[in-house]
Formats: sequence, C-alpha cells, structure tokens
Amino acid sequence: MYQDVILDHYKNPHGRGLRDGDAEVHHVNPTCGDEITLRVRLAGEKIEDVSYEGQGCSISQASASVLNELLVGKELAEAQRIQETFLELMQSKGRIEPDDAMEEVLEDAVAFAGVSKYPARVKCALLSWMAWKDATAKALSEGKTA
Amino acid sequence: MTILLPGLLDTDAIRKDFPILDRTVHGGKKLVYLDNAATSQKPRQVLDVLNEHYEQHNANVHRGVHVLAEEATALYEGARDKIAAFINAPSRDEVIFTKNASESLNLVANMLGWADEPYRVDHDTEIVITEMEHHSNIVPWQLLSQRTGAKLKWFGLTDDGRLDLSNIDEIITEKTKVVSFVLVSNILGTLNPVEAIVRRAQQVGALVVVDASQAAPHMPLDVQALQADFVAFTGHKMCGPDGIGVLWGRQELLEDLPPFLGGGEMIETVSMHSSTYAPAPHKFEAGTPPIAQAVGLGAAVDYLTSIGMERIARHEHAITEYAIQRLQEIPDLRIIGPVTAEDRGAAISFTLGDIHPHDVGQVLDEQGIAVRVGHHCARPVCLRYGIPATTRASFYLYSTPAEVDALVEGLEHVRNFFG
Repeated sequence: MYQDVILDHYKNPHGRGLRDGDAEVHHVNPTCGDEITLRVRLAGEKIEDVSYEGQGCSISQASASVLNELLVGKELAEAQRIQETFLELMQSKGRIEPDDAMEEVLEDAVAFAGVSKYPARVKCALLSWMAWKDATAKALSEGKTA
Repeated sequence: MTILLPGLLDTDAIRKDFPILDRTVHGGKKLVYLDNAATSQKPRQVLDVLNEHYEQHNANVHRGVHVLAEEATALYEGARDKIAAFINAPSRDEVIFTKNASESLNLVANMLGWADEPYRVDHDTEIVITEMEHHSNIVPWQLLSQRTGAKLKWFGLTDDGRLDLSNIDEIITEKTKVVSFVLVSNILGTLNPVEAIVRRAQQVGALVVVDASQAAPHMPLDVQALQADFVAFTGHKMCGPDGIGVLWGRQELLEDLPPFLGGGEMIETVSMHSSTYAPAPHKFEAGTPPIAQAVGLGAAVDYLTSIGMERIARHEHAITEYAIQRLQEIPDLRIIGPVTAEDRGAAISFTLGDIHPHDVGQVLDEQGIAVRVGHHCARPVCLRYGIPATTRASFYLYSTPAEVDALVEGLEHVRNFFG
C-alpha cells in the first residue's frame, strides 16, 4: 500500500497551502477525521490553480499532492477524464492492474492502485478528488451567475 | 523473555479458551489483539453455549407450552438471574435486556422524555453529561434536550484527562433532572469519581445514569455500591455475543416510568382502545428479545466469575502499568489520558508525533497488531485536546506483557517507516 511515490508526496507535498481561488470547499471523512479545505482557480476552461490545506493520513495528504501535480494547467475536460479514471481505479477493490494507457493518464496516481484493496482507506484517497470536483462545479456555477 | 508482573493471571491457560487468539494474519504473523475496548473475543465456553442453544433449546420465550419453549424461557430468565447476581442487583426484575449500551441509554432518555412529574424533563430543567462521553451518552441527551427544551450542560476535562469537578455546584443545580456519565472512558481510560457526582446529584434530587460499558467487563460492578439509578452496559465487550445489552434500573423507577417501545411481551391486556402493561422488566422488552444472545451473556458472566472480577482487574492494572511505562519510552509518543495506572482502565490512547493514527494502525496491522484508530466515538475529547484522532491499544484478561512489547516494537517500526 505505502508505495515510495505515496510516501514522497506525503513528505514533500506539491502545492500545499491556500491561495486565491474562484471557489472553496471543506470536506471531511467522518470515519477518521481527515479534513481538507480546497480552492480552485479557473481561467476559462483551464485550471490555473488547485490549492489546499488539510490534516489527515499519508494516503489523503499524498493524494491531494498528486492531484495538484496532475490537474494544475490542464483543461477541464481532460482533468475530468483523469478524475474519472482515478475514481474507477479506487473503486476497483484491487481488481484493476493499471496498464500503460492508464498510467499515461494517471501518472503518479497509479501508485494508489494498492490502496483500492483496503475499503477503509479508499475514502482517504478520494477525499481531495471529491473536494476538487465539488469546488470546480461551484466555481463554474458561480462564474455563470456572476 | 517472559516478563512477570505482580497480579498477572495465568494467560497461557486463559488463552486456550479463546480459539481466535491462535489465528495468524498477513501471511503467518501472530495476531496481537489490542482492540478490546471495541469488542472482546469470545471464549469457547460462550461459543459452546450459543451452539447448544440453537441445536437443542431454540424456541420463542414466554409463550407456548411445549418443551422447547419452556427450556428457552428458563435459559433466558436464568441469564437474567446470572446478570443480576453479577452486578449485585437487589432484584432480578431490575435487569432489562436491550440490544446494546446505546439502546440502554436511549431507553432511559426516552423513559424520561415521556414521564410525568416528578421525573418529567422539560424546558425548565437541565440535563448534565461530561465532555468525555461516548457519542452514545451524548446524542440521546441532545435529542431529549432538543425535543423538550431542557438545557444540556456538561463537565469539562482537565489537561491530564480527568473530569473537572471544580464547578460541580454550578453544573449540577436544583434544575438538574438527570446526570449521566461514563464510569470508565473508552478513549481516555479514566475511571471517574462516582461518589462525588452521586452525592451532589442526590442533594438536588437528580437521577443518576452510569454508562458502565468499559467497566462491567473489567472490574467488579456493584450497582448498589454505585448508588446510581440506572446503569447501562453491553455484552459483546465482556466475552458475550453482540446484540445483547443491559439496562439496570431501580425498581420503583421502573414501576413509575412509562414504557418506550410498545409491542408483544410488554403488555398485560390489550383492547382496541388502550392497553395495560406488564411489570418491569418485561414492560421495557417489547417483541422477541435477543434470546440466544442473552443466554450467551449469561455464559460469559459465568466465565468471568469463574476467573474472578477482582483478579481480572488486578491483571489489567499490571498490564496497564507496564504498557504506560513502555509506551513512554517511545520518542514523540503522547498519551491522551492519565499517565498513571491509578483510577484508570486498560484502554490507552496516544498520538505518535505527526504520524496520523490511520497510518499507525495500518502499519501495525501489517505486523499482525490490531488496534483502534480514529476518534473512538468520542470526538469532543479529540477537540478538547486539539488532536484529529488517536491510536488506542486496549487490553483484557488474556493480554500479556509480551503483547505490550510487540506493540512497542511495532510502534518503533512505524516511526522508522514514516520518519
């Protein structure tokens, strides 16, 4: 479960800290108390920044770091595809062995494949990704009404 | 090396009664089960009784005139006798079977919610709990408070994990109708000073409810000595099956207070317009009860009594003292709760530097060591001490000093892994 990639992201997180954003969400995992505050800043269809602050286990913190590394700079459509692929992997209960195509999409995030075998930890890995999805939807809807 | 501590039980013999303790996990690692505050393991003596019940005596209770119905009824009511004796209840009719301690506490809250004077809880009255309660002794009282308008108050905690009773006269007042508190905390391990709280509650005429879930399995429990009005506990933490809990209540209160759940078994007569109720305890046991589970709990009580609750308490005291001493050797380990074995149960919560308890628990599990991580259904305690969660090791009559050593070694491995 604890791949070196995960431990590296845990010890040296990418993009941690809150910066300006178009929308902010706060998500918690009530079973273990993991928490994240996450902001998204968009420029049209492009993700300019995903900033976050949180507390939690290595899995949840490393996952937020990987998310930042993967999604910042991407177009929304592509980011959504990455998020859906990660979700599919995490819900696979260890049955998906990531192939080259998946690795190309998920990059460092394939390291979480092993976590999907531990039902209690899947939520930790998904916490920041669900927060990002939520914050992006909020940024888009607020952008339209503004 | 075998470590000998004064007061230890013969765990080699006791562990033979618990088949699950022989299990290995994660490819041959010996199981070190340190999650006893969540649930205890079950001895063969209990498992055999459960099996025999279903194989030989299974029937519904208190109805039917056939042999099996009479046997099942005698076994179910026999379990009530055993539990009454185990807690030194003045009468067997004061022992109500529920499904767990949560249901027991909810039952009391709802008896009071529907009661007439002098027990009625309303907007002019107050309910008192403490900051170290399990959620099961917080939420039922929050619900009662929201539904009746009664004010909910609580005792805070000191930095060393004890109840802060310095303002007891302001917390428990003439308006207080009920004081409900935990005897031994499931997260801090603290054993609370019952006498001081009961004395003040009696002064103002408030009822006293004691959550003994973490006490009944580990020490002699005497409801008369406690001088409480209600005592709740659960079976699965004391070598019994899950699905069975107990509420003990003083006879005159059980006579006066209204039933909560209605249905079969709790009635005297029923017409389409109204009903009259059976006397306690049946008044509070609507529907088919957990029969085999009650019988299993009776067997658990027999088992614990055969070893002796005083001896179990001494064993756990020795293990706890040893564990506190060994855990404090680990750099960056902070015990959340009393750092002495005095007035303390055998659940020890701690944090380990910045390493999240989830990671601690996972890496311990990889070594075969089962602990609990999280907020232990006592989130206000985590907020009080400014921590998101803890790792908790909790011991029982079959726990050994070698298992404490395994935990300490396991934690060293965790530190190196994340260091």
